[in-house]
Amino acid sequence: MTSFLFHRFWQSALVLVVMSFVVYSLIGLMPGDPVDLMITADPKITPEDAARLRELYGLDRPIFERYVNWLGAALSGDFGYSRLYARPVLEVLGPAIVNTVTLLGLSLLLALMIALPAGIAAAYRPYSRLDYSINMIAFAGISVPPFWLALMLIIGFAVILGILPAGGLGTGGDGGIWDNARYLVLPVASLTIASIGGHTRYMRASMIETLRQDYIRTARATGASEMRVVFGHALRNALIPVVTIIALDFGYLFSGALITETIFAWPGMGRLIFDSIMGNDFNLALVALLLATVLTLIGNFLADIAYVWLDPRVSFREADS
Amino acid sequence: MRADLMSLTVALIAVLFVSAFPSKAAPAKKSELVIGITQYPSTFHPNIDSMLAKTYVLSFTRRPFTVFDKDWKLVCMLCETLPTIENGLAKPEKTPEGKQGIAVTYTIRGDARWGDGVPVSTKDVVFTWKVGRHKNTGVSNLEFYRSLYKIDVKDARTFTLHFDKLTFEYNAINGFELIPAHLDENNFSDPAAYKNRTAFDTDTTNEGLFYGPYRIAKAVTGSHVVLEPNPTWWGKKPAFKRITIRIIPNTAALEANLLSGNIDMIAGELGLTVDQALAFGKRHGGKFKILYKPGLIYEHIDLNLDNPILKDLRVRQALIHGIDRDAISEKLFSGRQPVAHSSVNPLDWVYADDVRKYPYDLKKANRLLHEAGWTVRKRGIRHNSKGQSLTLDLMTTAGNRTRELVEQVLQNQWKAIGVDVRIKNEPARVLFGQTVTERKFKGLVMYAWYSAPESVPRTTLHSAHIPHRDNNFAGQNYTGFRNAEMDGLLEAIEVELNRVKRAKLWRRLQEIYVTELPVIPLYFRADPYILPKGLTGLVPTGHQDLSPLWVENWKLQGQ
Repeated sequence: MTSFLFHRFWQSALVLVVMSFVVYSLIGLMPGDPVDLMITADPKITPEDAARLRELYGLDRPIFERYVNWLGAALSGDFGYSRLYARPVLEVLGPAIVNTVTLLGLSLLLALMIALPAGIAAAYRPYSRLDYSINMIAFAGISVPPFWLALMLIIGFAVILGILPAGGLGTGGDGGIWDNARYLVLPVASLTIASIGGHTRYMRASMIETLRQDYIRTARATGASEMRVVFGHALRNALIPVVTIIALDFGYLFSGALITETIFAWPGMGRLIFDSIMGNDFNLALVALLLATVLTLIGNFLADIAYVWLDPRVSFREADS
Repeated sequence: MRADLMSLTVALIAVLFVSAFPSKAAPAKKSELVIGITQYPSTFHPNIDSMLAKTYVLSFTRRPFTVFDKDWKLVCMLCETLPTIENGLAKPEKTPEGKQGIAVTYTIRGDARWGDGVPVSTKDVVFTWKVGRHKNTGVSNLEFYRSLYKIDVKDARTFTLHFDKLTFEYNAINGFELIPAHLDENNFSDPAAYKNRTAFDTDTTNEGLFYGPYRIAKAVTGSHVVLEPNPTWWGKKPAFKRITIRIIPNTAALEANLLSGNIDMIAGELGLTVDQALAFGKRHGGKFKILYKPGLIYEHIDLNLDNPILKDLRVRQALIHGIDRDAISEKLFSGRQPVAHSSVNPLDWVYADDVRKYPYDLKKANRLLHEAGWTVRKRGIRHNSKGQSLTLDLMTTAGNRTRELVEQVLQNQWKAIGVDVRIKNEPARVLFGQTVTERKFKGLVMYAWYSAPESVPRTTLHSAHIPHRDNNFAGQNYTGFRNAEMDGLLEAIEVELNRVKRAKLWRRLQEIYVTELPVIPLYFRADPYILPKGLTGLVPTGHQDLSPLWVENWKLQGQ
């Protein structure tokens, strides 16, 4: 176990360093730099001013040197300032992470609460009317473009029925937690509907495969009840591929859902990352993307632990080897 | 049956959500106004970074010394009297280096107070100047601060600015936005760190930062800004007890929010495009008041004059004769965005109506192309005697629906005269990050300029402002236009104080512009304001001094 953790830690650290360099270089390769953006806003900036500002912000140095400087500062806990928001990067990221985790966490939870039972039910009677119906709904969920679904929900619940707000974080006053919660309903519903289909299909496929295994036939032959066969024997194994998908979703939880956040005016990580890349905000884009990478790695690590718990044949020793 | 159960479950969850929060998206009370805009300000510091969203929010909370009013006339807001040479408050003088300069004296209004009660004073003026002049603060508008080489303080309210240039705009200090010395002076101890330490971004809701009718009471990054009345405001009491500016980046969602009552109005300055507003007006116009204000945003096509095809004036003239700009304005924008005949807006007093205009004339366009040597037509496309086809690239910002629509119309119309136009769009970030700014576009590029009344187009037309590697790609003369007379005119206009003489110079400038055609003028963009029916007092300006600068006049019927 210790050896596994040790290896995993160094692997993750290496992935992070490589990722940080790749992301830094890619952002650096984008046309224009922050001073170019300033020139666009203020055409009277002279070439001398532009050169001075580039020197002031360290933009005149080679990208590798800038990266090394950034990495040194980051390792000492200084992630710098956001150019777009004129505040420390972590201060900008904090509220956006909370907003995104609230939105995506709730929708993932709801999606799993609906998709897993639906997938199991569909797999239990494959090719039955129930299975076809669940599949149809799942495919509808997968096929509906998220922006269209979001707009339809706004039109239905905010414009026509007028029972929910169309977007935003709150009324802007002191409405309290219930006021803010009302603003969550439509974006959460939109993301939940969009992700139920995929999870249902994964669960169904995995459960069908598991229910075909010899040990399931053996369990049935021993006279175990169907409940016990499905939930006691099959479910744990069927969950393994689903856990992999959920582990990948874990990173997505922190990188946000750009389209949903944009349409519902929800200031989360998706919009923040998009704006920071478009606005050439190196520090913010980098830290936000690295955070998503860290959390994906953590998600995969937790998935590895879950595999061991779900499948006794998997052990940390094997993982080591 | 089971499927029905599934649907029922989903429906039940929806009902549970809805019944748990039964209150309807409340329409704004009459004492409150919720405005939708599409962008969040990157900073609230008035002098760092130029951004329309920031200017919009700060227009509720601050008052510049001078602004252009709705009639595009320069007026005082924070000063008592507009200084002029005629009233003796502005005096031409020589700088210590012997250059022609000017001394301009302003007096701050006696009742002007920051939100915390501290009087707005010359201390703030000097502090603002120090911050602006310092090389490491990152303040934009560097040219202004470089020119303002000295300030003489007479007393707590009166001061004289000494500029090292005498231009006709000598008394327009619209961009000189005061910073409160009593709050921000300590943050300036390390000028290079000032940008990150300023109270405008670290303590945004500090009432002492504002001196307009409203102050910022709450700012939630990326979401909304809440404004409340400023108790120290000296002018007419504003009608709304609270104004919330909500940021909704997607325009379809912006419309839905308006229809649902989540917001009361969409700001013209940062809201829908005209075609979106026209479509919205057709569907829901009866419920709202929609105003269209044509302004200074000038949509045009830059021609790369280094392209051998476009070097020929006859080709440029043919291109403009070959497009029906009246039809574009009428069919796509219901005439709300007037055709541009030059870079000068007809609402500007220096506009010359008698300079040459280019009507849609296919015969003339074809004749000009023929004369230019594009005589052979193969599959509808013109070729010259060397077999070269008349092919040009047309670029614009990818994803801008209006521009993409116009682009398609232009492509079709030019095809009719045998010009093969290839559309090559790029995201704005790439187009303005490199392609345009480093003159990497090969043929035509369509975009817009935003300017001020009587703004001299020096950076876009003067030959010294052609971007190239040696000048670090500074300047905005992206067409590469070189004309000695134009250079002289641009320099002369800036320093000509006599309006009659200046009008003549402007006329000649417009004449050269339309004769030489470095640019194809398309139309002036209009800002569509979608307002509640009972809202009065909001007067769009059409220029960079925005409508909230007069927010104290805004009122809902019954207030």
